[in-house]
Amino acid sequence: MADATLDVERRIIGPGHDSDSVTRQISEIPYGTTPKWIFAIWAVGLVLVMVLLMSIAKLVFVGTGVWGLNVPVAWGFAIINLVWWIGIGHAGTLISAILLLLNQQWRTSINRFAEAMTLFAVSCAVIFPVLHVGRPWLAPYWLLPYPNTMGVWPNFRSPLIWDVFAISTYFMVSALFWYTGLVPDLATMRDRAKNRWLRIIYGVLSFGWRGSARHWHNYEKAYLLLAGLSTPLVLSVHSVISFDFSVSQLPGWHATIFPPYFVAGAIFAGFAMVLLLTIPVRKAFHLEDFITSRHLQNMANLMLVTGLIVSYGYASEFFFAWYSGNPFEIFAIAENRPFGPYQYHWMSLIFCNFIAIQALWFKKVRTSPLALFVISCIVTVGMWLERFVIVVISLHRDFLPSSWDMFTGTRWDWGLYLGTVGFFLCMMFLFVRFVPMIAMFEMKTLLPEAKVKEDAHG
Amino acid sequence: MAQIFHPASNPYSRLSILAAALLAGGGVGLMMAFERSPYRTNEGVVYEQPIPFSHDHHTAALGIDCRYCHNTVERAASANIPATEVCMNCHIEIWKDSPMLEPVRASFRDDEPIEWFRVHDLPDFVYFDHSIHVAKGVGCETCHGDVTEMPLIARGASLQMSWCLDCHRNPERYVRPPEEVFNFDWERPDDDPEYGAKLVAAAGIEDEQRLTSCSTCHR
Repeated sequence: MADATLDVERRIIGPGHDSDSVTRQISEIPYGTTPKWIFAIWAVGLVLVMVLLMSIAKLVFVGTGVWGLNVPVAWGFAIINLVWWIGIGHAGTLISAILLLLNQQWRTSINRFAEAMTLFAVSCAVIFPVLHVGRPWLAPYWLLPYPNTMGVWPNFRSPLIWDVFAISTYFMVSALFWYTGLVPDLATMRDRAKNRWLRIIYGVLSFGWRGSARHWHNYEKAYLLLAGLSTPLVLSVHSVISFDFSVSQLPGWHATIFPPYFVAGAIFAGFAMVLLLTIPVRKAFHLEDFITSRHLQNMANLMLVTGLIVSYGYASEFFFAWYSGNPFEIFAIAENRPFGPYQYHWMSLIFCNFIAIQALWFKKVRTSPLALFVISCIVTVGMWLERFVIVVISLHRDFLPSSWDMFTGTRWDWGLYLGTVGFFLCMMFLFVRFVPMIAMFEMKTLLPEAKVKEDAHG
Repeated sequence: MAQIFHPASNPYSRLSILAAALLAGGGVGLMMAFERSPYRTNEGVVYEQPIPFSHDHHTAALGIDCRYCHNTVERAASANIPATEVCMNCHIEIWKDSPMLEPVRASFRDDEPIEWFRVHDLPDFVYFDHSIHVAKGVGCETCHGDVTEMPLIARGASLQMSWCLDCHRNPERYVRPPEEVFNFDWERPDDDPEYGAKLVAAAGIEDEQRLTSCSTCHR
């Protein structure tokens, strides 16, 4: 393991680091001055947040008619964006939970970043279902089962209520997991604070962590338990989201492939987003020693694998349409998608999610941050298109040809969508600015000096 | 390095965990209790009316039947608020100079209806029909409370949907024989556990599926 730091391709931490340099370099980011470019990102983000607030206000005052919805396409951007955002969150959970249980040490430098991404992505996601009910202030009694004054409960046989549980559980467990992992580092921040107020703030946030053996013992246990709790969520949350579609009887939605295909798509989109954010952040803060080429390559590999699973999903939809012999299924999948009025959406989807990722077979591409950045952009767009294809193309030509109609997002649809992107950007960079974005104490376990001691004990 | 927090602050940090749980639980509980309180439902709240009409006096003391004034209750959705002429049937002779009844006489003279304040006001998206309830054996008292003891009328129940559903889900607990609907002194016999079920069967009340279907009340 010690010589792993020497191999440029394989190492997960740069050479020459010790405990002190790791802590110093990472905690310098929150304690240093704010770089100018962060202000630029916040400015863009905040403008978009204003657009978000305006779109919400417009929606609340006027109603869902401001969206491009119509009768065959009663689900539009709201559900597309919900699925898109939730999917993006999945990489965080996969990295933090499954890779931890599989003892993949390379997860260490990206897990906190990816988990923060999960939290903010889920926050963006929940905006959409809450707003699409039309009267968001009534959402609590439509969505949450509690003994209300109407004496009625939500319909437990509806996948939409399953969503409520899936997403709220996901958010809570992710938040707990993220925060638990943060406690020792918040204590480090407290100890390195230069003024009293910061020390008090980080002191309260770190719950009186002193780093005693007992603290570490409890911490390890809690972290492992939370990892165990999160692991099924990686698979369950997007499966439940896919039930929104697959439980219905609409051709194009009613397919057994949906749960695994959605989960793979979620992880695919999630890794694309992690790459999209870590590549510039790593460059800007000179974190190449911590987020090494190997990290990027591993994520690229995972993206390729999950992308191929998703492509397999596309292929199997065609196969099942043919195999079912059902003319409506064949029409929806094999005619209306590639040759219908939205054929360019479908073709772009195939380009983004299948053709573009073939570049990842080449090591030259996987080791080039710029190429990965571009591919991640393409995949992020592609995954949005995938949900567009599933939602809009399946709905716009339903069973009754007289009701067929086209769907176009209005400016308020786009405003809401771009607004959540702005919110996400703001939150991500607030996180980068104020919280150690790499787990300092976990990085130290990767250091050669930690290994030497372990070897000596062994 | 100096301590930021005195050791005495430890109990506070632990208490804050408890406080957070209590605040969250208590807040929700408080909101739920608030929604059910008379402050929100106006149950038992007396409103100012143009004339302090006493149901207590007119029914319990004078023995006037409900249907003398609310004459369409057996036939129509609305039980009917009596016209001034109905009041004047008696008050043209009795208390005809009472200053308290001047608004009634004024209404009669000017041919202007009295503007009563509606106490039992259901939301407009609820299609409530008095006649079917009366025909199937729901007593006046069951919903309106013991009107014969109300000098000034007040809402007899919360009128919340869960309250409606209490009966729509279990009509056997509330119905009475059709001839006892207007009797405020009726008491339910407690010797027969099947009493309610028999009444439900005799009146031909539909099953729960039908009674609690959305479109039974929201059309």
